[in-house]
Amino acid sequence: MSEMPERRQTGAHHGTSVRFDRVNKSFGRVAVLRDIVLEAPGGVTTCIVGPSGSGKSTLLRCTNLLERPESGRILLGEIEITAAGANVDAIRTRVGMVFQHFHLFSHLSVLDNVSLALRKVRRMEREQAEDVARAKLAAVALGGLERRRPSDLSGGQQQRVAIARALAMEPEVMLFDEATSALDPELVKDVLGVMRDLATAGMTMIVVTHEMRFAREVAGQVVFIDQGRILELGPPDEFFDRPRHPRLRHFLEKVL
Amino acid sequence: MSEGFHRIFSTFFDPGMIVQALPEVLTVGLPNTLLLSLFASAIGIALGLLVAAGLLSGYTSVRLPCRGYVDILRGLPHILTVYLIGQGLPLAGLAIFGGNTYGYAALAIGLIESAYFAEIFRAGFQSVERGQVEAARSTGMTRLQTMRHIIIPQGARRVLPPLTGQFILVIKATSLVYLLGLTASQREMFAIAQDAAINNANLSPLTAAGLVYLALTIPTTYAVNAWDRRIRGARSTHAVEGD
Repeated sequence: MSEMPERRQTGAHHGTSVRFDRVNKSFGRVAVLRDIVLEAPGGVTTCIVGPSGSGKSTLLRCTNLLERPESGRILLGEIEITAAGANVDAIRTRVGMVFQHFHLFSHLSVLDNVSLALRKVRRMEREQAEDVARAKLAAVALGGLERRRPSDLSGGQQQRVAIARALAMEPEVMLFDEATSALDPELVKDVLGVMRDLATAGMTMIVVTHEMRFAREVAGQVVFIDQGRILELGPPDEFFDRPRHPRLRHFLEKVL
Repeated sequence: MSEGFHRIFSTFFDPGMIVQALPEVLTVGLPNTLLLSLFASAIGIALGLLVAAGLLSGYTSVRLPCRGYVDILRGLPHILTVYLIGQGLPLAGLAIFGGNTYGYAALAIGLIESAYFAEIFRAGFQSVERGQVEAARSTGMTRLQTMRHIIIPQGARRVLPPLTGQFILVIKATSLVYLLGLTASQREMFAIAQDAAINNANLSPLTAAGLVYLALTIPTTYAVNAWDRRIRGARSTHAVEGD
């Protein structure tokens, strides 16, 4: 799991950044995101925490256009992905996403789950795609399980397959939507370990999570969202040790 | 009372009449019934797939006409649709099958059934977990690629039992084409029985046809139910293992 090159994640920012510029989104009359202004710097892990229903997931889903903001701009590097006529499918190949409930393709083997998009989107030959897939599976410590069906795996293994599936496309940014919330406690560690390795390797990551320890140890910055607004943002030690906003203090008292 | 019973018996269940009607029902009617059922199902399934894709479209301009198509064909009495297609098309100058009533008959039944097949496919496709669709789109797969590689392979498996069940209904629905007046060699089971019933002023030939319909539909129904149970059983054990 620690085959990835070591690189300090603070300091010089490599990699692609994501910027949100006054992003608004509502479902019907319910405003879910209000005037979100945020930069997730390249090569840094940005953790987003907040009460459920606060808009964290929606913000993440806007980042690969599973949801469309009503107004505001989202920039992936220098490209405005919210621009009219932006190539959504091409943008999504640059942004990997991992879901709370894994969402593996249940009719396909583990190997096919990871290699399908390489063959269909990247138009790789089967053999080449499967070589890449095998390497990605090995990187998440799942070598040898290529022929299994998702239903034969534990939740932790399924989630690592999902991570390998996203990584196979060589994305510049990875999004994690409560990736460990559906896992049994003893399986959480392995998945967090993979995410930690990715962060150390300098991947730009936006991580919606309830794992405060992970946020404190891995994040370059932590963001608190409540009722669709960013109420606090800062480096982890400041965020957790000297929270300023009363709502964040209240939230941290409840979860820590 | 016993006289009434006797009258019913001799009108519907005259053994001599039934035996007399059976050979033609079996040699001419049965092949035609099966052939019509297959043609109609082929048309129905092909159209049904297209319409199902339309029903799931994100575009209202595609979805609404498909919804209208399904609602109208399922809402009209089948007899009316058979007349509209079988006699209406040639009258309208759209003699796509020339004078061949067989073609119109298959088309009419196929159109009616496509509405039912479309609903079966739609339900099957919609039963595929939405998250898997989002996961596929997140890797950059297009709508069409997602349909082809994720939704259809999973939906098709779940749809096979209800599809076969619908085929049984198609077998029965083909009896309606006697309305269109087929030539002697094109008649399916019901038309043959109907003709014999009129010629003999006795309804027993219809009973003969009914027996053959039952011989086709009852075993198939039980086979489909057993198959459906097996698929459901297999799926629920998997769900338990997954949890």
